[in-house]
Amino acid sequence: MIPELGHFALALACAVALAQGVLPLVGAARGDARLIALAPPLAAAQALAAFAAFVALAWSFAVNDTTVLGVVQNSHSAKPLLYKLTGTWGNHEGSMVLWVLILALCGGAVAGFGRRLPGALQARVLAVLAWIAVGFLLFILATSNPFRRVWPPAPDGQGLNPVLQDPGLAFHPPLLYLGYVGFAVTFAFAVAALLEGRVDAAWGRWVRPWALAAWAFLTLGIALGSWWAYYELGWGGFWFWDPVENASLLPWLAGTALLHSAIVVEKREALKVWTVLLALLAFALSLLGTFLVRSGVLNSVHAFASDPARGVFILVLLALYVGGGFALFAARAPALAPAGVFAPLSREGALVLNNLFLCSIGAVVLSGTLYPLFADLVLGVKISVGPPFFHTAILPLAAPLLLAMPIGTLLPWKRARLWPVLQRLWWAALAAAGALLLALALAGARVWPALGFAAAAWLIGGAAADLADRLALFRRPAAAWARARGLPRAAWGAALAHAGLGLTLAGIAGMGLATEALVALRPGESARLAGYTWRLEAVRDVAGPNWSARRATVTVGRDGAVVAVLEPERRFFPLGRQTTTEAAIATDLLRDLYAVLGEERDGAAILRLHHNPLAPWIWLGAAVMALGGGLSLSDRRVRVAAPAPRGATVPA
Amino acid sequence: MPRRAALFLLLAPLLPAAAARGAVGDPAERLADPALEARARAIGRELRCLVCQNQSIEDSNADLARDLRRLVRERIAAGASDAEVVRFVHARYGDFVLLRPPLTAATALLWAMPALALAGGGAAILLALRRRRAAPDAAVETAPLSEAERARLAALEAEGGERRPS
Repeated sequence: MIPELGHFALALACAVALAQGVLPLVGAARGDARLIALAPPLAAAQALAAFAAFVALAWSFAVNDTTVLGVVQNSHSAKPLLYKLTGTWGNHEGSMVLWVLILALCGGAVAGFGRRLPGALQARVLAVLAWIAVGFLLFILATSNPFRRVWPPAPDGQGLNPVLQDPGLAFHPPLLYLGYVGFAVTFAFAVAALLEGRVDAAWGRWVRPWALAAWAFLTLGIALGSWWAYYELGWGGFWFWDPVENASLLPWLAGTALLHSAIVVEKREALKVWTVLLALLAFALSLLGTFLVRSGVLNSVHAFASDPARGVFILVLLALYVGGGFALFAARAPALAPAGVFAPLSREGALVLNNLFLCSIGAVVLSGTLYPLFADLVLGVKISVGPPFFHTAILPLAAPLLLAMPIGTLLPWKRARLWPVLQRLWWAALAAAGALLLALALAGARVWPALGFAAAAWLIGGAAADLADRLALFRRPAAAWARARGLPRAAWGAALAHAGLGLTLAGIAGMGLATEALVALRPGESARLAGYTWRLEAVRDVAGPNWSARRATVTVGRDGAVVAVLEPERRFFPLGRQTTTEAAIATDLLRDLYAVLGEERDGAAILRLHHNPLAPWIWLGAAVMALGGGLSLSDRRVRVAAPAPRGATVPA
Repeated sequence: MPRRAALFLLLAPLLPAAAARGAVGDPAERLADPALEARARAIGRELRCLVCQNQSIEDSNADLARDLRRLVRERIAAGASDAEVVRFVHARYGDFVLLRPPLTAATALLWAMPALALAGGGAAILLALRRRRAAPDAAVETAPLSEAERARLAALEAEGGERRPS
């Protein structure tokens, strides 16, 4: 019964979304206040229906209802409750339900928090969101019904993939989707602005919190995925330039650019056309990522061709939304009069430069991701585009961006002179030079990691210089505390986010100095790596709730003292007969000691040992970036954004 | 790579149960000399495991990746330079094996992309700047003509009209 209710709730959400997509739009066009006023309650109703559908699906997974096909294929009674619940979105159908739920909740948030929005703008935003919801709800109902029943019921489920039974991966999709769907809201704002033919500072102020929130969630989602790859895949890598990873990086790059150009719209009413375009682009790339991932087209063109229903459906949605958005843009953008004149050398100019480089990096990632497909289909050539290409092609674009970052934050608006700004950055430059020399002295002639450390010091030093400058820390130290309290949180947030990128860079540079060893040890024997002695104590059997494992105990010592005890495992999941490696990691935040257990033969166990300097900083930096985004979001100026109460300014 | 594919897609069909995971490699296949082994690993990271999804031979447990790893180490042990090893593998397996695609007519567009994107974006910015400088500045700085100016303009136009045969 509950699955049928869930199915019904999905259909109901679709019907409500259809009404939400039509009525407020008509109301806004005709200036009919009653139809405009329908938008928020309809958005709330749609959120409620989507929530009911999601709860019904989660319930089916929680009680292991084996009459539901999705549960049979992806769950099992022996699984811990947490993973039964997270298994709700650990499959194609369920993850689409989560997507739609988050979209509906975002619509509800626009309805709830957006009371200060002009009524017509809010109605148009909610209508656009509703059309996106209609498309994806139809996709679910037509091609991916999560509530499909099987009869007779299976004795038990076939088990969730063991790889997915992991806290990092369990919460990775919701965070990622919060990011993707957050850009649906900025997309809706952009389309609504194009429909109204008006983009002003107020619009920039409404869009920025959504862009910030989406960006922060996407940052966390990507970081969590990368962290998962690091500890779960067991190769010690953290980013592989895999198409599915690139699919999430693309909206992040566009979103980062959007975040920065929206500042210019808000502060100076310049870059309006460009910001609208970026808002369209960020969501277009989110949808493209969804298409690439859901259709499986990147893995095999043939797999796509043999079961094209889902892929073609998403492709049609992609064409409709993106094509519609860009057609509207082409028709209306010329009417958006540019304002806010600025000199090339100014904060605005620096933000334009930021956008240029971020978008160029995005273009390289996009073409690198799609090129093998293009070459295969159009040119008939099979080529591979892997990490070496991305590193070579992106570095020349990333380096100037990083170099300009601290300078840009210190430039004044409208018109600036470079020399005073460089003077305020001299000690950041000194820190960068110091980091370079220190890295070369400590780690030998490893140029790239050393340059990475220099860039990290430059960014962190630049963020500190920015704060010191705003607080007048050196000019009037006595008043610094008072100024610190008065400094808007957005300024703290920006400095924190930039420093966070510096931390991530330091982590990546540290990984450039990573060392590893592959050894076969008998119990009692030891190996040496990176100044540590790694001693295999024993290997024994361990039983888990739905797996059994071989677990090794490795004590890592230095100068006779035990530093860490690592217990890497090889787990066997009898259901599905799969084996996974559970890497053991001991960290002191300055380095990771990382061990993976391989096969055993002739009484010896194969162990891969890694010493990864500064590895945790990669994800720590991402968390700091997201924290900076959150801090900016909590800025009073963002919260009390709208100058006019609702309904006071209903544009014609 | 099936497990990595799971990262962002969670697509069960892409996760064949028989995928060889959990193996971490074999110490016996490595070269004894750490300098040579480091070179072999650097080369291996440039070569694709042909039967995997976007995985280098250093990161794969597939049999083919193991064979390629062995091949690379054999060539290095035989005294071949890095470029020679890559050329050897490239000649045997074609462009598909190189994770850094070779510069050919087919990949020229790909390799030109960083420069194209930057140049295209830069040109668009310059164009927008010029247009902006032409438009709003003119609007802001041009005050309406005074009576005297208008009369003078009319006189000039009349003069020009006479001089130019039309």
